[in-house]
Amino acid sequence: MIADALAGGFTEAPVQSARAFREVLEAMARPGTIRRVVGALPPAPVSVAAGVVLLTLCDGTTPLYLAGAADCAAMRDWVAFHIGAPLVTAEYAAFALGRWEDLNPITRFRVGQPDYPDRSATLIVEQDKLTNQGPALTGPGIETANWLNLPETAAFRANRALFPLGFDTIFTAGDQIAGLPRSTRVEAI
Amino acid sequence: MTDEAYNFAYLDEQTKAMIRRAILKGIAVPGYQVPFASREMPMPYGWGTGGVQVTAACLVPEDRLKVIDQGADDTTNAVSIRKFFARTAGVATTERTVEATMIQTRHRIPEVPMKAGQILVFQVPIPEPLRFLEPREAETRKMHELEEYGLMHVKLYEDIARHGQIATSYAYPVKVEGRYVMDPSPIPKFDNPKLSCSPAIQLFGAGREQRIYALPPWTKVESLDFDDHPFKATKAAHDCDLCAAGDSYLDEVIIDDQGGRMFVCSDTDFCAGRRAKGHKGRLWAPEPEAAE
Repeated sequence: MIADALAGGFTEAPVQSARAFREVLEAMARPGTIRRVVGALPPAPVSVAAGVVLLTLCDGTTPLYLAGAADCAAMRDWVAFHIGAPLVTAEYAAFALGRWEDLNPITRFRVGQPDYPDRSATLIVEQDKLTNQGPALTGPGIETANWLNLPETAAFRANRALFPLGFDTIFTAGDQIAGLPRSTRVEAI
Repeated sequence: MTDEAYNFAYLDEQTKAMIRRAILKGIAVPGYQVPFASREMPMPYGWGTGGVQVTAACLVPEDRLKVIDQGADDTTNAVSIRKFFARTAGVATTERTVEATMIQTRHRIPEVPMKAGQILVFQVPIPEPLRFLEPREAETRKMHELEEYGLMHVKLYEDIARHGQIATSYAYPVKVEGRYVMDPSPIPKFDNPKLSCSPAIQLFGAGREQRIYALPPWTKVESLDFDDHPFKATKAAHDCDLCAAGDSYLDEVIIDDQGGRMFVCSDTDFCAGRRAKGHKGRLWAPEPEAAE
């Protein structure tokens, strides 16, 4: 078990995290576009992409909430060894990882303060697959419209209504990621 | 070659992760200034420490970096930052805008339109557009929170009352997606229209003031103005004296003590590219052939 926790991190962190961040940046700056990331192998059931995002963005200063199946002993050990992020409840999380149904109710997460909207949570939502079919997305980062298979629309529309407050979302499936910042308008379906 | 004594792109991994989180929050709230724990860099404040930290956090080994200072590739600031990253990150560098994947800039946006896949990093001295109107950080933060931007319009109005027009010619305030008023850094207002709906990602770093903000691609950026005094992107009413371009931003250069002057493109790559294509300006003289 210990051996599992020690494996699966970046082998060349500076360069791998740099390449991973560029993909995350492009994904967040162009909501709905699907990008590929590589380099991490977290314990099941966490996806490669979610592992890469955690390794790239999290450290000992970012409280992390593991939801549902992601909250297993193997994953806790992996986070403790590779990242060192304190594991907390949803209310205190800077980052949260889990499937959409496990992260709900999402109103628990921090949406920032009116004077500091950046003090909000980033949700890493695990999906079975990512496709460019689903509700239309418009707003900053999108020339005309993008489409993405969101788990639901009402929560993201409510989140957009809070702007500039709100949480930001990174969807992950296998080695794919897609971003949905709070600024994106989601079509009602 | 990367200097082995340094981590990739100079900064340590935890610092880069912190900057990366700030950049992502900036992308999520376009125009909002995200505080970050700016580090000491091996160059003085005012030399682009904010831009350098943002560039360091975004660079990948495959990047081709261009650095410009007031449009020029060959000035001290541009040369030293380019060498800094060539040494600490081992990235390729270029002076050509079309070849660059990442461009760090001090106070200009290149004349050649940006493309998707490029990242433009601005060096910002004073990120708070309201700072000279209201020195207290607690107050300006409240003004952003409440979207209380009347003071900025008063300032532009006083320009009109005094000079008959809006005399602000650089660092001209903009409103991002109808929400945050943002300082576009001291770019000439000639460049303001290029901020809006750019296909490239635009990132702003202020090292001394410890702020990062961002414009995702295709973000609407409006320069503040009045219905009866609409915004005008102005430039010197001349053509470039070297390449004859009539639509580029010009620097005025004094060339003697008799009042002689010339106007040249501030974007050196743009100007050289036009001359290479055979455009000749009023004062263009090819360099004498080097002696064999």
